[in-house]
Amino acid sequence: MFKSADNFCRQAVLYFIFIWFGVMVFAPNLLVLLASFLSRDPVWYLRLPLNLQNYVALSDPKLLSVILKSLNLAFCTTLFCLVVAYPFTYFIARFAKKYRALFLMLIIVPFWTNSLIRNYALISILSEKGILNTFLIKWGIITEPLKILYTNLAVFIGMAYTLLPFMILPLYATLEKLDNSLLEAAEDLGAGAIAAFFRIVVPVSTPGIVAGCIMVFLPALTLFYVSDILGSADSTVVGSVIRDQFMIVKDWPVGSAINIALTVFMLILLHLYYKSGNSIDQERPLW
Amino acid sequence: MVKFLKYFYISCVYLFLYVPLLVTIVFSFNDSAFAETWNGFTVKWYASLFNDKSLIHAALRSLFLAACVATFSTVVGTIMAIALHRYRFIGQKVVYGSLSVIMLSPEIIQGISLVMIFVILGIPLGFTTLLLSHSVFCFPFVTMTVLARLKGVKRDLSEAAADLGANDVDIFRFILIPLILPALFAGWLMSFTLSLDDVIISFFVSGSRYEILPLKIYSMVRTGIQPDVNALCAALFFLTFFVVMFSYRLVRSKK
Repeated sequence: MFKSADNFCRQAVLYFIFIWFGVMVFAPNLLVLLASFLSRDPVWYLRLPLNLQNYVALSDPKLLSVILKSLNLAFCTTLFCLVVAYPFTYFIARFAKKYRALFLMLIIVPFWTNSLIRNYALISILSEKGILNTFLIKWGIITEPLKILYTNLAVFIGMAYTLLPFMILPLYATLEKLDNSLLEAAEDLGAGAIAAFFRIVVPVSTPGIVAGCIMVFLPALTLFYVSDILGSADSTVVGSVIRDQFMIVKDWPVGSAINIALTVFMLILLHLYYKSGNSIDQERPLW
Repeated sequence: MVKFLKYFYISCVYLFLYVPLLVTIVFSFNDSAFAETWNGFTVKWYASLFNDKSLIHAALRSLFLAACVATFSTVVGTIMAIALHRYRFIGQKVVYGSLSVIMLSPEIIQGISLVMIFVILGIPLGFTTLLLSHSVFCFPFVTMTVLARLKGVKRDLSEAAADLGANDVDIFRFILIPLILPALFAGWLMSFTLSLDDVIISFFVSGSRYEILPLKIYSMVRTGIQPDVNALCAALFFLTFFVVMFSYRLVRSKK
């Protein structure tokens, strides 16, 4: 009797899971895929016939140059975050356990803080009469205020500022597990500090590096509000293009095609991540 | 010397992360309509927030929405975690893989796909669509937190209970739920913060009539620096800060 009740329970739970995933996760994404092959309709947004026009539209030089610029920005942001975050995370992961919790906490708070607020906070630093310029002029480093706000540089700073914690946390998850005895063994066996770093520390933290890069690169392509708040008309990102296709131009098929291109790109990155030896500690969630 | 450089470097990174937020907080108490000059201490900007009816309205809506989202995604996420922990079923790997894909995928991909299906199905954009969409991106966080907690639970415990005649519902109620309670709270708080902070997905699925706080802030910050926006941002930062502190404690408890 218990068995059949358990069976019912199991069935109900599994049906629930499949329906939830089917309706809320798979169906919407399949719809986007389908829409990317349909044609535009002024009233119903989508109509037959099926075609590849929307993907051809991706090769439009104007669109292409925006995409390339956005990729460039995302790449620079990722590189910057990696270079800044790696030594930082390495240092804090080596601290004594009781201090580590505090240092980690100080990273988690900005990780969870609304990124709109954090970007807004940057305005008062970067603006022409902002804190940065005031200090630089006071110290006599510059005489004329730098124009940073509403330029591409400001968008880069905003992205790096927003996404730095997203690089640090996955790195931390792998670097924290690094066993000190491995480094000692390397030293005993005559490895120099540099050799030990590249042959032990880097391989151990590879999954963290890949995960961090994904968690920085993809948002850096899509966070349209960063370029809205800090940038100029010239600093649009892929995310703003998708948004405009849906909300302003109302061209769903082309918007969907860009979205699908982005999704494919993401899946390739995730594939790389799983190949890198998915060993980020599941027992210790990043969030 | 090396040690000094190391601490200097660490402080620089923390300064980079915190100075802008601190500046915003400090200027939210500035008795001047302009951001550039300090004119003395005041709380009038906070007072003016409370007098802004539409803002308070949006804030209450957001808090209500976040509470609903948190509750709903905690239920969904916990069911999912327990199923993944306890059952073996076809498609388990797909479900498990999808969780991390959902967590890593850019919000805009989810936002677009959800708004399309809502419009095609004729579901009017508003509270319901916000609730469903937010829950979709929140529940994996709950599932992961609960799964992490369940990993520490030996399977023998459930098996022993089953041998003694407990059915699945009993095991769930009397063994698993008490054990994962801290993870449930942490997951609830995480979903609450995520929902309260989300801009991109809400931007697509909220429709024009249901204005929530993040979108209101979005339209406010686009106009540049204003003292009352400073106050609003500072207030929200404090809220996040306390919620994070609290949930951090819960996740780390008894470990």
